[in-house]
Amino acid sequence: MKQHSITIENLSLGYKNSTNTEHEIFPPFSLTACSSQFIALVGRNGIGKSTFLRTLTGLQNIFSGKICINGKPTETLSRKDYAELMSFVSTEAVRVLHLKVFDLVAMGRYTYTNLFGNLSINDEKIIVESLKMVGMNDFIWRNVSELSDGERQRAMIARALVQDTPIMILDEPTAFLDIPNKYEIILLLKNLAREKSKTIIFSTHDLNIALQLADKIWLMAKGKMYDGTPAQLIQTNAFDEMLENTMLKMENGEVKFK
Amino acid sequence: MANRKHIKFYFVALSFTAILLFMLDIILGSISISIKDIFNVFFSSEKVEPHISSIIFNFRLPRACVALLVGVALSVCGLQMQTVFRNPLADPYILGVSSGANLGVALFLLGSSIFSMILPTIISNFCIASAAFIGSALTLFLVLIVSIRIRDIMTVLIFGIMFSGAATAIVGLLQYMSSESALKTFVVWTLGNLGSTTFDEIKVMFILTLTGLTIVIFSIKKLNVLLLGDVYAQTLGVNLKMTRIIIFISTSLLTGQVVAFCGPIGFIGIAVPHIARMFFRIADHRILVPACILLGANIMLLCDIISQLPGYNIVIPINIVVAFIGIPVIIRIILSNKKFVN
Repeated sequence: MKQHSITIENLSLGYKNSTNTEHEIFPPFSLTACSSQFIALVGRNGIGKSTFLRTLTGLQNIFSGKICINGKPTETLSRKDYAELMSFVSTEAVRVLHLKVFDLVAMGRYTYTNLFGNLSINDEKIIVESLKMVGMNDFIWRNVSELSDGERQRAMIARALVQDTPIMILDEPTAFLDIPNKYEIILLLKNLAREKSKTIIFSTHDLNIALQLADKIWLMAKGKMYDGTPAQLIQTNAFDEMLENTMLKMENGEVKFK
Repeated sequence: MANRKHIKFYFVALSFTAILLFMLDIILGSISISIKDIFNVFFSSEKVEPHISSIIFNFRLPRACVALLVGVALSVCGLQMQTVFRNPLADPYILGVSSGANLGVALFLLGSSIFSMILPTIISNFCIASAAFIGSALTLFLVLIVSIRIRDIMTVLIFGIMFSGAATAIVGLLQYMSSESALKTFVVWTLGNLGSTTFDEIKVMFILTLTGLTIVIFSIKKLNVLLLGDVYAQTLGVNLKMTRIIIFISTSLLTGQVVAFCGPIGFIGIAVPHIARMFFRIADHRILVPACILLGANIMLLCDIISQLPGYNIVIPINIVVAFIGIPVIIRIILSNKKFVN
């Protein structure tokens, strides 16, 4: 896969309400990301992580500033262009009656299949391979509504994988999961970033996981976006900004009670 | 893919039963017609008694055709709406198409009686159909404007319900103020009628159904992705606004013509998609759309046969039969498919 990049320039987050007045929820920041990077987005509830990810995936219009992917501003991209550049896994639990895991994952091939969505042999191969990669090969013909949270999350990641995009964005992929599942999913994503040269950006509330496994952390705290490796952020005490006025503190790279 | 063969088998079987029910619908009625007569009317030069051929050509055959078209149109629309709104109780009328048509017809039938305009001595079916069609077309226009401006599909849903409520209120007022005879004509219209459609009107229905179905068939891929919800559909490459507009247009074409020519026929649109899902145990619209077409045709023809009470001299309104078949299905859905409702 060829090199790619995301450039975020002076992006601020916010929304317009019904009377068209503008509400900025996070002031401008600039960031870059490139191939093979595994990036954790952390910050407290309500700081704007989801809004940021929604803006990045084009589900929400840019409030102000600019996002470029491979040098191209995202305003010029159609939904199809987006679908070929980035896949997205949201926190929304998909529960559709009688939907098979295979058919769910097959939807990731949307932009590649013909008018009626018929799968080629190559498509089917990619789907089965992706299911193997996430450890779901025994679940191919199971109903999605019968899966556990961990299994469903793996299936959703497989669906994002078959979309075959250089960028993957995941909104809290480890929410609702038990500790072993959390680590397995994050390790799986980390390996994907490495092996397939993907840029993977995921939001999480699990600071320990982010500190141990992410290449880079984007930390949103007190109106500032901190950007750096876990070690850099610990050194500059960025986490103290996030944990201010709480009963927690960061000590030797671990979250502790004060 | 072990069950693909079974699906093909079921499709063939359902096609045969549809043909069988279509024939039965022509044979059975207040006067029974022998199969031999039917065969002679269509395929041989042998003379058939003129009153028999008149019954077949002027009453039974158009009625059966209409039943078939109505069943197909409403079932497919119900499926589309349940997917788009991700709601198991969505039906073809959820966009307000039938309320719009209701209002159109009420204004025409009742309004003219209130304002003592000169009512044509025989209110032609075509005038009612036109009033209904104008009503539903205007509703579609409103829904499209709303759906272009509003992203959240639930808001569109609430808008549809509110619009229906407003239309019902106006219809109520008209009913309250209108003359008894006009009121009766209107009430009879709301009960649904498959039998007063002429061959020229059936041609119109056929063309509109075919156009609507063609659009639906080309939306199948999008409908499948919409099962995952709007966010996933968009990130997979679906242009949500465009897709919604296309789906709403096909729904309005299909349901609009049903309401215009046959009145607001209920329950089929909710029940048949669920029967199709229970039967085929699949969520893929490539299977569900043809399944709804076939099951809708079968069930509507069956309802029509029952409504004519073979051997008796009366016909019960189609909506009453449809309700008796549809309601148990809907109750079953509510009791058993909690998962779908989340």
